[in-house]
Amino acid sequence: MAQLQCENLRHVYSAGTPFEKTAIDCINLAFPQGQMIGLIGHTGSGKSTLIQHLNALLRPTSGVVTYNGADINESKISRRDIKQKVGLVFQYPEYQLFEETVYKDVAFGPRNMGLGENEIRERVLEAAHFTGIEEELFERSPLELSGGQKRRIAIAGVIAMRPRILILDEPTAGLDPAGSRQILDNICRYRRETGSTVIFVSHNMDDVARIAERIIVISKGNVFMDGRPEEVFMEPEKLLSQGLDVPHATAIAMELRGRGIPIPMPVCTHEQLVAAVAACRRGPVC
Amino acid sequence: MLKDITLGQFFPGNTLIHRLDPRTKIVCIMVYIVALFLAQGWAAYLLMTAVTLLLMAVSRISPKRIFTGLKPMVFIIVLTGVLNIFYTKGTPVAEGWIITWEGLEKAAQMILRITLLISGTFLLTYTTSPIALTDGLEKLLNPLKKIGLPVHEMTLMMSMALRFIPTLIEETDKIMSAQRARGADFETGGLIKRAKALLPILVPLFVSAFRRADELAVAMESRCYHGGEGRTRMKQMKLAAIDGGAALFTVAFFAAVIVLKRIGI
Repeated sequence: MAQLQCENLRHVYSAGTPFEKTAIDCINLAFPQGQMIGLIGHTGSGKSTLIQHLNALLRPTSGVVTYNGADINESKISRRDIKQKVGLVFQYPEYQLFEETVYKDVAFGPRNMGLGENEIRERVLEAAHFTGIEEELFERSPLELSGGQKRRIAIAGVIAMRPRILILDEPTAGLDPAGSRQILDNICRYRRETGSTVIFVSHNMDDVARIAERIIVISKGNVFMDGRPEEVFMEPEKLLSQGLDVPHATAIAMELRGRGIPIPMPVCTHEQLVAAVAACRRGPVC
Repeated sequence: MLKDITLGQFFPGNTLIHRLDPRTKIVCIMVYIVALFLAQGWAAYLLMTAVTLLLMAVSRISPKRIFTGLKPMVFIIVLTGVLNIFYTKGTPVAEGWIITWEGLEKAAQMILRITLLISGTFLLTYTTSPIALTDGLEKLLNPLKKIGLPVHEMTLMMSMALRFIPTLIEETDKIMSAQRARGADFETGGLIKRAKALLPILVPLFVSAFRRADELAVAMESRCYHGGEGRTRMKQMKLAAIDGGAALFTVAFFAAVIVLKRIGI
């Protein structure tokens, strides 16, 4: 049985008013322990609505979300507990920083869990380690730091709750290349060292192809594709028809194929592209 | 839940009321409010109610929509009614009761008066876009510029405030969700605990409001905004025949209320 599971999940906003909108229609998904999952889909496809169901911030109009087999919306207590097990980092999370110091802000989550001071300190240190925040910053105000630093502090605030599943909504949006690479490296290391499940929403197909083990494509409130990156990017036309991009490497491979060079697909990372081109040169076909 | 706030909401349309000049509408609604406070006796109230219902019908704003808007005011309306029941002297309803017939009558009239007052103002904001409303207000207040009142700046602030209400509500919703995801609890605990729980919402909200204000100021300056001096409008306000009609109707209605008060039905 998968750790987290959605069955026939459906959510309608403002039901019964002229503004009624079905954000997600019928979603069935299983998230086994420890996977690194990339969630893609264009704006308004229902990604954000979906992830807010996974920790009971939104309640489904119909359908259920289960964690280890138990309905997470069963009671007030289950809805509170799930927020500690499934950590959700919103888009632009740096706008939620509010405490006077970095340390206090990261400690906000653990403190809400009712932990002791020592345990809180340990968790803050651990979260700071995973997100690369130096201890000198602890007593600074989070509002005076750089964008990338703020973002990492906000992510640390969620990691400090030690969630079994970490969900990030566009963790690299609006950051410079160095800042976004650092965040992705941090996330990868976090997953490697803790064995947590990580689900991240992204519009950057190169990032998704590089670090995800599984890609879920959401379109018009439904699961459009679900599989390993090689499987999903095997059909680039399908993605392009949804207004989505393909990784650079895939685009180059497609272009080469279009010019009559039989590059073996799937290609989704630069390494695969190099290997495929090399194989093609050696091969008898060209 | 925050999305239910309908302050400053506008329902576009093309009815007679929608097409009226905003200045006419503002003046008429002021006369309407004065009439409401001068009204005495059931005949006057009946007339006021009939006129309000007529306006709703003409502007195609359903009474249901108005009532949805009234919901947050229910407490104040009911409280006013209850106070009037108990604090009016007269003939008791039954032997030894504090409640008097006069009190009941006054309470009913008060409730009706407040409901009509709010409904009337809703009719104004529901049928006038915030921009038209502030433009109209600015034109009306123009004479006050002579005595040094910054009319343009005031109305600009008003339109910006109206413009940012939905944005800030959305922002608050987002921040609340994010802090909830970190285990913040806004619903339980005593008054002090709940007030403290608001801090994680208010600080980010203020930070972002200041940031937005700053960005807006830069955006306006970079489009050469430098105050109201010499500024022209895309939509010129012109009084038309319907405005005359509306004015006549309002005057007739006001006169009727006064007459009914004199006669004292």
